[in-house]
Amino acid sequence: MMKHLIIAAALLAVSIAGTTPASAERLVTSISRHQVLVNSSFAGTSIVLFGTVEPDTPTARRRAAAYDLVVTVTGPKQTIVERRKERMLGIWTNMASRTFVNVPSYLAVLSNQPFNQITNADTVRQLQLGIDSFMLPQQLGNDIGDVGRDDPFRANFIRLKTEHQLYVQRTNGVTMLTPTVFRAEIPLPAEAPIGNYDVEVKVFADSAMLTRANSAFEIVKVGFEQFVATAARDYGLLYGFTTAMMALMTGWFASVVFRRD
Amino acid sequence: MQIYLPIADLPVDIFLVLAMGLAVGFISGMFGIGGGFLMTPLLIFVGISPAVAVASVASHIAASSCSGMISYWRRRAVDLSLGLMLLAGGILGTAVGVWLFTVLRSLGQLDLTIGVSYVALLTTVGGLMISESVRAILREQQGKPATPRRGGAHTWVHGLPLKMRFKRSKIYVSAIPVWLIGFVIGFVGAVMGIGGGFLLVPMLIYFLRVPTATVIGTSMVLTLVTMASATVMHAATNHLVDAVLALILMVGGVIGAQFGARAGQNMRGERLRLLLGALVLAVGLRFAFQLIVQPDDLYSIRVLGDE
Repeated sequence: MMKHLIIAAALLAVSIAGTTPASAERLVTSISRHQVLVNSSFAGTSIVLFGTVEPDTPTARRRAAAYDLVVTVTGPKQTIVERRKERMLGIWTNMASRTFVNVPSYLAVLSNQPFNQITNADTVRQLQLGIDSFMLPQQLGNDIGDVGRDDPFRANFIRLKTEHQLYVQRTNGVTMLTPTVFRAEIPLPAEAPIGNYDVEVKVFADSAMLTRANSAFEIVKVGFEQFVATAARDYGLLYGFTTAMMALMTGWFASVVFRRD
Repeated sequence: MQIYLPIADLPVDIFLVLAMGLAVGFISGMFGIGGGFLMTPLLIFVGISPAVAVASVASHIAASSCSGMISYWRRRAVDLSLGLMLLAGGILGTAVGVWLFTVLRSLGQLDLTIGVSYVALLTTVGGLMISESVRAILREQQGKPATPRRGGAHTWVHGLPLKMRFKRSKIYVSAIPVWLIGFVIGFVGAVMGIGGGFLLVPMLIYFLRVPTATVIGTSMVLTLVTMASATVMHAATNHLVDAVLALILMVGGVIGAQFGARAGQNMRGERLRLLLGALVLAVGLRFAFQLIVQPDDLYSIRVLGDE
């Protein structure tokens, strides 16, 4: 009996400790579009995320410290091979290679200020705040794991992704409209792959994470683009015959139009 | 005006691609070649992946050679039986080429293979063409006929069995070198995304002694069928043919080819060959330069397993 009471007391203590921060916050977010449609005029776009951090109970006192926000957007997972050219017999050719297993094809990390000002280094690493701390697992022999951020393959992988605007990091990407309402713009380049994108918003105050919220959107091909892509994938042979016929018709048409005799 | 390509998965400027089609079409009409050796690098340059570029260019070459072949057909300058014999080898060569293309792609050595083959092929062919046409021009200036008579000349090629008569070209040769040439052209075309016209024309002239009158029209038959089947095979195995990209290239290509053909007819044969040789050599040297000089970016990334 006594034992049970102790356990109950302990549980109570834990649950109180869990909610002790003078006020628990509730994070409400909304994104401007849940579906990005790729048609023939698609040249990239952006999605706007709005959110508000509000006390869980109306009576709760507003926290004294300002809120900090980190928005992490990850695109569909891809396995990507990175190769490095080396000189062999006077010719520059691909020699060493690394395989990044199930890494996001698209990654955007937006925040309202630099990560090291939001929280301490340990938390930055643990919560994968920012591209440098993000897990990019590589195939290492039979194991899969991430290597240090100073690894040249990892650094150049991020550089190449960043050059294509597929990896984005903006420490001024979240704007605080009021101390509790924020806005972030997620830039999507034309090369952003088709698929599902996850959006995770984390709220910090006093170096600690208070809460987080997830939402998602998807990029889909529509209309003619979707028709062509599906046809090429599912009906390769028929698609090939159609393209070849199209070539013959174009050639025949030109020879008729430009006929001189 | 930007248009999003459904297979290449990136937007390109439609007028830029159309202009590229026109320019390459002009050259191909002028010299009676497919022009793939120019188009593939151009597409890679605008950011299209080499695999998609090679696969899509095949259909572009099919279109321009179809348009050319019809014009030559009207002038009765196509040796169909010779073309069909070349084809027998060509289709096999294309199938082996598409297979090798897929294997190399999975090994990640596609860029190197395409690069080295381009350099070797283009510099050799370009150099040979230049030296041949310069000699012809010099002979002409000395008052001798530009092309020496080859009528009675027999080489080892003529000693082979399985002889066949090709009426329109007025030649009597073994079928073996004809098949072999067809195989080489089909293979090279599928692996490198080139029609092989600039290879086939000299091969037909020098190895088989096909007269100038029928050589271009006949080579176009082979180019047309190998490239049309390469399109089908690439589409069925690699799913990498971008029909939208191909259509824009085709439209530009066939129009350019018609104007090029007119420009070519106003030029002397040797001068035309010299120009083409110089062009081929220049493209080859450009690739050689790329392989030898340290590249700006040593690293490259490619998505694995999404095909």
